[in-house]
Amino acid sequence: MSEATLAHGSTEDAELPPLVPPSSTLGLLSVFRRRYLLKLLVQRELSARYEQSFLGFLWSYINPLSQFFIYWYIMGTIMGAHKSVENYPVHVFSGLIIVHFFTETFGAGTRSIVRNKSLVQKMPLPKEMFPVAAMLVSLYHVIPQMFILLLVCVLTGWHPDLGTLIGGVLALAILMCFGTALALVFSVANVFWRDFGSLVGILTNFVRFGCTMIYSYDMLAQHAGSLRWLVLGNPIAVACLLFQRAFWAFSTENPQHTIKHEFPAHLYHQGVFALIAAFVALLLAQWFFNRFDERIAEQI
Amino acid sequence: MAEAIVAQNVTKDFVLRRHKTFKQMSVAKMRGQETVNRFNAVDDVSFTINEGESVGLMGLNGSGKSTLLKVISGVMKPNKGTILTRGRIAGLIATGAGFQNSLSGLDNIFLNAAIYGLTEKETKAVLDDIIDFADIGQFIDQPVGTYSSGMSSRLGFSIAVHVDCDIFLADEILAVGDKPFKRKCMTKMEEIRNSGKTIVYVSHAAASVQKMCDRVIALEKGRLLFDGDVDEGIRILDYGDEDGDELAADDAELGADV
Repeated sequence: MSEATLAHGSTEDAELPPLVPPSSTLGLLSVFRRRYLLKLLVQRELSARYEQSFLGFLWSYINPLSQFFIYWYIMGTIMGAHKSVENYPVHVFSGLIIVHFFTETFGAGTRSIVRNKSLVQKMPLPKEMFPVAAMLVSLYHVIPQMFILLLVCVLTGWHPDLGTLIGGVLALAILMCFGTALALVFSVANVFWRDFGSLVGILTNFVRFGCTMIYSYDMLAQHAGSLRWLVLGNPIAVACLLFQRAFWAFSTENPQHTIKHEFPAHLYHQGVFALIAAFVALLLAQWFFNRFDERIAEQI
Repeated sequence: MAEAIVAQNVTKDFVLRRHKTFKQMSVAKMRGQETVNRFNAVDDVSFTINEGESVGLMGLNGSGKSTLLKVISGVMKPNKGTILTRGRIAGLIATGAGFQNSLSGLDNIFLNAAIYGLTEKETKAVLDDIIDFADIGQFIDQPVGTYSSGMSSRLGFSIAVHVDCDIFLADEILAVGDKPFKRKCMTKMEEIRNSGKTIVYVSHAAASVQKMCDRVIALEKGRLLFDGDVDEGIRILDYGDEDGDELAADDAELGADV
C-alpha cells in the first residue's frame, strides 16, 4: 500500500484517493512514516529474538559479558594489557558495548527478512521495516549495558565533560546509520544466497579485532604505522574511539593526558566524517535495496 | 464511474534458478547450459476495473491468477507494464493471511491491521468484531503456528473483511473451512459487494462466481483469455457442467489450487 493512499485515505475521505501503483514505497522514509507498524515489529522482535530460550533476553548480556571476561583475563592478565593500558577493563567494556551494538544490528538485520518470510510473501509492506526494526532492538539492548558501564565509570572516578555527551551521541549515530546500511544490503543479499548469512560471522570477527577495543590506539599507532589509517578509515573504529574518549578517558588518572596521548589528534573531525560516510553508505544501501526489492517476494 | 484498478500490459516474470550451488553452476557454465530460466506467470494483461465492480478471476491451476492478485495487492511488482489502484486494498492471497507463527492470534490481528494501514485505535474499534467473526474461541491467545489450516484462514478472512478497504481481494477463500463458515463468508462478501466496494474474487466454483460477480476475467497460461459476461466466461472455461449452488459444489472447491 502506498504512502499517498494512506495519507489521503485518512484525511480526505470525501475525495477519491488517487490512482497509484500499489507496490510503491518511499523506502526508509516509509518506515519512519509508519511508526506504529515499526513499533509493533520492534515489540515483536524483542520478544521473538530469544524465543523458546530459558534465559531469554539475558543472552543479550551473557554474550558481551563472556567476551568481556575473555578479553579481561587473556588480554589483560595473561598478555599484560592491564599494565600497559590504564583502567583496562573500562577500556574494553566501553568499546565492547558500541561494537556489540553494531555486530548485533548486522547479524540480526541480515537474517531479518528471511525470518519474516510469511509476511513478506503475502503482505505488501516496505521491507526496509525489518532491518530497521532489528537495529532498534539492538539499540534497546544497549541501554542496560550503559547502566553497567556508567556504574563502573563512576566507581573508578569518572568526571564527564560536554565532549562525553557529544562523542557518545555521535558514536551511536554513526553506528545506527552504518549498521542499518549493512543490514539493508545483507538482508536482501541473504534472500538470494544464504551464504551472506554465513559471511556475517567472519566479518563480525574482523570488526571486533579492527576496533581499538582489546588494544589501545597508542599500541596501534606504534605498530601499524601508516596502516593505522586502515583502522581509522573504518566508521566502526571511529565510533569505538569516540565512545572510549567519552567514558574510558575520563575514568583515568589524568584525562587530558590520556586524550592527548591515547587518541588521534582530530577525533571529532573524524567522527563527523565517519557520520557523513555512514550516511552516504545508507543512501547507497537504499539504492541497492530498491534494485532487488521487487524480486524478494518470489525468491524468498 | 472512477476506475479502481487499471492494468496496462502487465507482465510478471519469474526467474527459475536451475542450479543452486557454485559447483553446479560452474559445471553448467562449462557445458554451455543455461543457468537461469525465465517464464511469464502473467503475460501482457490489460484491463480496467471500475469502482463497485465485482470481478471473478478464473482460470486453471497455474494460469497466473494468484500472481496477478499479488501484483494487484502490491506484494509483487510487474516487470513490464503498469498497475494502478485506488484506495486501501485488503484481502486474502493464496489461502491464508501473512501470519507470524510464533505470535498469538491476537498479536497477529494487530500486526496485520497495521500492515493494512490501520492505527491502534482503529484496530481496537473492530477487534471484537474480528474475534467474534473468526469464532476460534480460546485459541485467539495461542500462537498461530498451532492453528489448523481452517482456523488460520478463518482468522485471516475475518481480519480482511473488517478492514475498511476500497478494494477487496479474495483468493480461494472457500477452499478451506466448513460449511457454516463458508455460508458466513459468502454473506459477508455479499455485504461487502453491496456496500459498493470493488471485489476481485478468485474461485474455481462457477456457481459462487455466478452469484457474486458481474464480470469474469479469465486467464490461460498467464495471458488474458476472456474479459466480459459471467456466463460466457464460465462457458469458455468449460466450468459450466457443474450445477447446484456454491455450497453444494464442494467437489469443485476441493480442487482449489494454492
